[in-house]
Amino acid sequence: MSLAAEILIAALLVLGGVFILVGSWGLARLPSLMTRLHGPTKATTLGVGGCLIASMIFFPASGQAFSAHELLITIFLLLTAPISANMIAKAHLHRQGHRIDPNPSDDIVEGLPAPPAGGDWATFQGGEDEPAVRRPPQTE
Amino acid sequence: MTGTILSWALGFALACISVAMLLSLFRLVRGPTSGDRILAVDTMTINAIALIVVFGVAYATQTYFEAALLLAMVAFVATVAYCKFLLRGDIVE
Repeated sequence: MSLAAEILIAALLVLGGVFILVGSWGLARLPSLMTRLHGPTKATTLGVGGCLIASMIFFPASGQAFSAHELLITIFLLLTAPISANMIAKAHLHRQGHRIDPNPSDDIVEGLPAPPAGGDWATFQGGEDEPAVRRPPQTE
Repeated sequence: MTGTILSWALGFALACISVAMLLSLFRLVRGPTSGDRILAVDTMTINAIALIVVFGVAYATQTYFEAALLLAMVAFVATVAYCKFLLRGDIVE
């Protein structure tokens, strides 16, 4: 393996490791869930992308066959990270708005914002008049 | 096989990812809301994917990539299922 390829792979690995560490540090350090979402969804995804690109350069540079696995994982992670973050934020808004979670944070008092005209959010009605978790119907 | 610079970078990356997993574990234990715990599990799985990939580079083997790909898919489905459960109180309706 040439020195240039080795330096490039090493730089990408170090960069990826630092980004992953920063993402998790944000997860541990920031004050509430809405701020905590930023670390893992942006920094950690970028860090994993860096590690995967390093691996993608490493195998052809060391004489092994090129494989598209890394590219597949990178694309999949980049596609799914915003979706899962959106789902977590939506569930959090819902639970905070209906005061289901024990420790209120983010000063959310009204739950989910109003959906576009004609639609409705796919959530159960929690809170005081409805049970916190809707049980599936009992089968005798 | 691997040179001095690369082995140093591999060690650094592995250390960073390990510390990142410990920080996610702290958030998983600490909470305080269910959303935090879901996010912590999701982050830990992504860190595990990175760990597998860096291990693959360290041992110059491509055997582990299927594991990383499967873990990525399972982590996404698990996160969506957890959130769906929090939103609806049920997963398959």
